[in-house]
Amino acid sequence: MSLVQVENLSVCYGARTVLSRVSLRVEPGEIVTIVGPNGSGKTSLLRAIIGAVTPVKGRVIQGDGVKIGYVPQKLHVDGTLPITVSRFLKLPGGVAVADIDHALKQAGVPDLAKAQLSQLSGGQFQRVLLARALIGKPDLLLLDEATQGLDQRGSASFYQQIETVRQDTGCAVLMISHELHVVMSASDRVICLNGHVCCEGTPAVVASAPEYRALFGTGTGGALALYRHEHDHDHGHGDHNHDHSEAAE
Amino acid sequence: MLDDFMIRAALAGIGVAFAAAPLGCFVVWRRMAYFGDATAHAAILGVALSLAFSMSIFVGTMTVALLMALVVNVLSGRGYAMDTLLGVLAHSALAFGLVAVSFISGVRIDLMAYLFGDILAVSRVDLSVIWGGAALVVALIGWRWSALLTSTLNEDLAYASGINPKREQLVLTIALAITVAVAIKVVGVLLIAAMLIIPAAAARPLSRTPEGMAVAAGLIGMLSAIVGLRAAYVLDTPAGPTIVCIAAITFLATSILKSFRHGR
Repeated sequence: MSLVQVENLSVCYGARTVLSRVSLRVEPGEIVTIVGPNGSGKTSLLRAIIGAVTPVKGRVIQGDGVKIGYVPQKLHVDGTLPITVSRFLKLPGGVAVADIDHALKQAGVPDLAKAQLSQLSGGQFQRVLLARALIGKPDLLLLDEATQGLDQRGSASFYQQIETVRQDTGCAVLMISHELHVVMSASDRVICLNGHVCCEGTPAVVASAPEYRALFGTGTGGALALYRHEHDHDHGHGDHNHDHSEAAE
Repeated sequence: MLDDFMIRAALAGIGVAFAAAPLGCFVVWRRMAYFGDATAHAAILGVALSLAFSMSIFVGTMTVALLMALVVNVLSGRGYAMDTLLGVLAHSALAFGLVAVSFISGVRIDLMAYLFGDILAVSRVDLSVIWGGAALVVALIGWRWSALLTSTLNEDLAYASGINPKREQLVLTIALAITVAVAIKVVGVLLIAAMLIIPAAAARPLSRTPEGMAVAAGLIGMLSAIVGLRAAYVLDTPAGPTIVCIAAITFLATSILKSFRHGR
């Protein structure tokens, strides 16, 4: 059973069509990445999946009992709003303290519970958002350009955390990313979006597809090389050396 | 006890501060300060209509304030920048209201009482309306607190948690209209937004949690009402503006406190 299935989805903002007849599905445990140029409807697609956008056509089918954790694009918290990380994670209610601590540990920031949200660094903030998404023990994580505004080191370390979370919890990941190197190395499947699904498949297939090259040029050959390298490793042990894990911490 | 006009005035001021505190926090967090202003200014049109059709001022102002808030809600995001839209609507509502009041013949209305409030003339009936409205606002916001807070932080996070942020926005809109209607007698339409924003802003440096900020804003608002009334009595100054002045001085004090704390 697919965790989530998008069927023939079309989304319009006023007269402007941002998505037309998009179909995709996410299976348990896989990492699927959506790539596409600015304005290609990537964010609208994720927003349609969480119910923030009502499609004009098509539908989103969520598997029975499937729980979704959502990590939004960079979130701005107004400095006038005093709120601690743990209070933020409790919203909208009914979360036990032990679950909060566990989620913060999973997201790699175990010591931040008492920190003020408005004083976190960009990297810490993204991890707190990840912790928030993990609290409900999701079967599917949705990440919308979760590393926007982070430097290369920060984003590499963030993606490594996602990989760790996937290994620990077995949840599937559907993410938007513009960092093609990371995308190509970490994904099981890539969907190239530009208002419609241009092409999809394994990173190797997508990277060599003419539609993908038309959008991103041929300068991403390095990504493919990295991808091959990355898949040499074995998922059974935790201390293999990703290129990006060396850069982090 | 309620026979004394000063006691009634103090209770009215405390009632308004009570409702304005949690609502004011959201107005500050969501950057809706000008929205509060626009809704309040529209109330003067409500006053004119109430007098023209001889209905209760409370009902008239609340209806117009609610309509105003809904119009802003609907029009926002349709081409005009929010501050332009609010500037147009707020000041036209105020102007139309003032013109409409001038058409009402027979009764000579003390316009100043509606523009700046007339807290010393609060009757027992006014008092029960103010406290009834304030309790309603606090209950409404208390009931939706977590959902409101989640949608204030991020609309998409709210959707992902099964909350509809548009509905929560409507809750705030209704609470704002009620607050405007009950506060008009106390501070007048021109200063209602001040009672919303200043205590909340003054409470910010003192708080670490959203709930703490709402409580601190309430205490600051109530203190301002009591001290302001007393000061107005001693100095023989208009009561509503004096209350706002005390709140503003408190804001200055907590801001200085904050900069000292940062300086260390």
